[in-house]
Amino acid sequence: MCLAVPGKVVSITEQDTLMRMGTVDFGGIRKEVNLSFVPEAGIGDYVLVHVGFALNTIDEEEANRVFQYLDEIGELGELENGEAAGDVT
Amino acid sequence: MTERNGFPRTGSNGAPEDDGKNTAGTPVEFSASCPVPISEYPQILLAHGGGGRLTRTLIDSMFVPTFDNAMLDAKHDGAVFRIGSCRLALSTDSYVVKPLFFPGGDIGSLAVHGTVNDLAMCGARPLYMAAGLVLEEGLAMDTLWRIVQSMQAAAKKADVQIVTGDTKVVDRGKGDQIFINTAGVGLVETSRSLKPDQVKAGDTVILSGDIGRHGMAIMAAREGLEFEHAIDSDSAPLNGVVAKLLNSSAYVHCMRDLTRGGLAAALVEIAESAGVQIDIQETAIPVREDVRAACEILGLDPLHVANEGRFVVFVASEEAEEALAAMRSHPLGATAAVIGRVQEGTPGLVTARTRIGTTSIVDMPSGELLPRIC
Amino acid sequence: MKYLDEYRDAETAQKLARAIRGLTTRPWTIMEICGGQTHAIIRYGIDGLLTKDINLVHGPGCPVCVTPAELIDKAIAIASRPGTIVCSFGDMLRVPGTGRDLLSAKAAGGDVRVVYSPTDSLRVARENPDRQVVFFAVGFETTAPANAAAVFDAHRLGIPNFSMLVSHVLVPPAMEAILSSKTNRVQGFLAAGHVCAVMGWTEYEPLAAKYGVPIVVTGFEPLDILQGIHMCVRQLEEGRAEVENQYTRSVQREGNVAAQKIMTEVFQVVHRKWRGIGEIPRSGLGLRSKYAAYDAEQRFELEAITVDEPKECISGLVLQGLKRPHECAEFGGKCTPEHPLGATMVSSEGACAAYYRYRRLIHKGERP
Repeated sequence: MCLAVPGKVVSITEQDTLMRMGTVDFGGIRKEVNLSFVPEAGIGDYVLVHVGFALNTIDEEEANRVFQYLDEIGELGELENGEAAGDVT
Repeated sequence: MTERNGFPRTGSNGAPEDDGKNTAGTPVEFSASCPVPISEYPQILLAHGGGGRLTRTLIDSMFVPTFDNAMLDAKHDGAVFRIGSCRLALSTDSYVVKPLFFPGGDIGSLAVHGTVNDLAMCGARPLYMAAGLVLEEGLAMDTLWRIVQSMQAAAKKADVQIVTGDTKVVDRGKGDQIFINTAGVGLVETSRSLKPDQVKAGDTVILSGDIGRHGMAIMAAREGLEFEHAIDSDSAPLNGVVAKLLNSSAYVHCMRDLTRGGLAAALVEIAESAGVQIDIQETAIPVREDVRAACEILGLDPLHVANEGRFVVFVASEEAEEALAAMRSHPLGATAAVIGRVQEGTPGLVTARTRIGTTSIVDMPSGELLPRIC
Repeated sequence: MKYLDEYRDAETAQKLARAIRGLTTRPWTIMEICGGQTHAIIRYGIDGLLTKDINLVHGPGCPVCVTPAELIDKAIAIASRPGTIVCSFGDMLRVPGTGRDLLSAKAAGGDVRVVYSPTDSLRVARENPDRQVVFFAVGFETTAPANAAAVFDAHRLGIPNFSMLVSHVLVPPAMEAILSSKTNRVQGFLAAGHVCAVMGWTEYEPLAAKYGVPIVVTGFEPLDILQGIHMCVRQLEEGRAEVENQYTRSVQREGNVAAQKIMTEVFQVVHRKWRGIGEIPRSGLGLRSKYAAYDAEQRFELEAITVDEPKECISGLVLQGLKRPHECAEFGGKCTPEHPLGATMVSSEGACAAYYRYRRLIHKGERP
C-alpha cells in the first residue's frame, strides 16, 4: 500500500472544494490527480501521488535531510568507524 | 581485483569477490528449481501463455520432447535447415493482443514484425510469409480492413511478401475478435551458426535500444491507466539493423529479440539454454524517461515489460565495438548499448548490478504483468 | 525523476551502509512492516549491504497478502454473477482465495477490470448504469482516504450501481499484536512512510513507550531505508525507544488532516481477520452505517465461508517475521509464484515472492 510517486503540479481545476483536480507531471508523463487532500499545493509544487490522489506536498527543504544527516554523522566520526569491506568501486 | 571490460570481477557464483573481510560466510544459492510434472496442471492457465516460466515448462516438458528433433533442441526463435545448397530459416508466431489497436501499431503490424524478427534472429533475410486469420463472428469488416492494410504496410516496410494464408470464422463468443498466426521463411546468407549454444564466457551483451515501450503502450491503452501523452509501442521490423550487424566483421554468436517477459526473460532464457551466467549493469540499460515514469507509477520493473522491436546480441568482447558501430548506423540501433557480459559462473543465473552498487538477481516475470499499488 | 533519483545515489548508499556497520556493536532484529519497503530491500539488495548483525525481518505489511481468502471468494462470487463488474487493483488479481483467483474468474467469463484508482471504478459505474459495479477496496491507511473519497462521491453524486467490498487493515494494531506476542523477537521497527503521510505518527508513541522499542518512520527509496535503519540502530545502541521521523520530506506528526477527515467520515474501526494470522481486534476499517448502502457485502447476498489454509503454508509465520521465506519446506519446490500455496508467494509484495523473484543469495552463516 505504499506505492506513491512524486510529481509536479502543472495545472489545477477547482471543480468544487470537494473535488479539487489537477494535472501532475511525472518525468514527462502526465496524469489527472485528485488534489483534495493537498489544499495548500499550488502549481509548481511537488506532490506525492498514490492511486490517483495526492497525499501530501513534498517539503523541498526537508528533501535534503538525508544528505545533511550524512554530514552530521560524518562529523561524529561514524563514517570512519565503518568497515570498507562492502564498498564497490 | 581487476576489471574486465569495465565490469568488476565477480566470484564464481556471482557474488562480489570479497577481500577476506566479509564475515558473513560463503554465499550459497538455494535451489529454486521447480520440477513441475504436467500432472500438476490439469488445465492450461493464462500464465502458460505469458512468456515466463510456465510457458517454458510447457515447451520443455511437452512440445520439445514429443516433436523430438535437433532443430527444436536448439531452442532458438526459428529453425534453420539446409535444402540443397540453400540454408533456410522457418519461424511462426501467433498474436492475440488486446487492444487490437494501440499507439504505434496494431495486431496486424505486430504479427508481421514478430515473424520477421524471429527470422532475423536466426540470421535470415525474411522473404515470404503466410498469414492465418481466425475471425470471430461479428467482427466489424472495417476493423478487419484496417488490420489487413496495416499488415501489408508492415510487410512492405520489412521487404517481405505475404504469399499465402488461411481464413476461418468461429462462432460469436469463441474468438476474441481476431487471432493472427504468421509463419515466415527466410534465406540464411551467413555461414555462422547463430544459436544460444554459441554464447561463450567473456562475450559482451549488447542491447539494441531503449526498453519497455511496447508493454507500457499496451497497458496505458487499457482502461483507467491512460496517460496524457501516449507512449508509442516500439514494434518494428529488425531485419534491417540485423543485416547491418551481420554484414560487419563482428562475429556475432547469438541474437534474441525481446518480446513478452521483456529483457529479463530473454536473458534468462539464453543463460539457461547456453548454460552460462549473464551479468548486467542496471545503469547501462537505456529506458526512456516517460517509460520509466510510467513504470514507477504502476509499480513495474522495465526489465519485465514487453518489447516488440528490440533485441540483444552476444558477441566476442574484442568485437563489441565493431558490432555496436554497425548497429548504431541503423535508425533502429541508434541507441544500442553494451549492458553486460557473459561469464561461466552459475549456469542460468542472470545478475544485475543495481544503481546503488549492490547485486540483485534477474528473474523472469510470472504470468501477465499487472500494475500494483503496494 | 525528481525526488526519486536522488535517493538512489550509489555513493551515499555506500556511505550510509558503512555508517551502519560502524555503529553496530551487537545483533539487532528490526522489522519493516510495509510491502513497498520489502520490495525495495530485495530489489536493491539492501540487506546485502548490512552485516549479519542486523536481522531485517519483513512483517505483515502487504494488505494484499493479509486479505482473508473468504473475501477474495466473495469478490469472485460477485464477478461470476451476470450483470456485475468487479474493479480491482492489479495486486489482488492473482491472489488465490480458497481455490481460484480473480484472474481465473475473469477467464471464466466474469467482468473483472484492473483499475489504477478507485475513481476509475466510479467512472465505470457511471458508464454502465445497468450493471452493478463493485470495487475491491484493499489497503492500509495509505489507500483508505482515496477509497473513502470514492464512496463519498458515490453518495454525493448519487451513483446507485456502485458498491465496495472492503478489506482495509490498520498498521498499529498489527504492530501491537506482534510486540505483545510471547514469541516476539522484534526490537525495533521501520514504520511505513506513506501510511504515516496520511496518519502521522502519534499512534506509535504509546507503542514505543509501552514496549520499549524504537520506531522510525521510513521512506521507500534505498537512501530512505538505509537512513531509517541507521536511526533505528542508533536508538538501539543508545538504549532509546522513541518515535523518530526519517521521511521528513513527506511526513508530519499530525499526518494529513484532510485525508483523515474523509476517512473518519466514511469508515469506522472494526475487528478484522488477517490471513495467516487470525483476527486482530479493532485492526480494520469498515463502512459506517450512513454509507452501508455502498457495502457490497450487504448489497449482495453472499454465503459466509470459513476457510482453512493449506497446512504446508507458513505465511502467517513469515508475516510475523518469525520465519524467513526460504525457511519454509515448500519454498521454491511446491510453492512458487507459478503455483503458490499462500498469499505471500502470490502477491509481488509478499515476502516469499520478493525473495523468490530476486532469488536471494543466502549466507551460510545466517541465523534462522
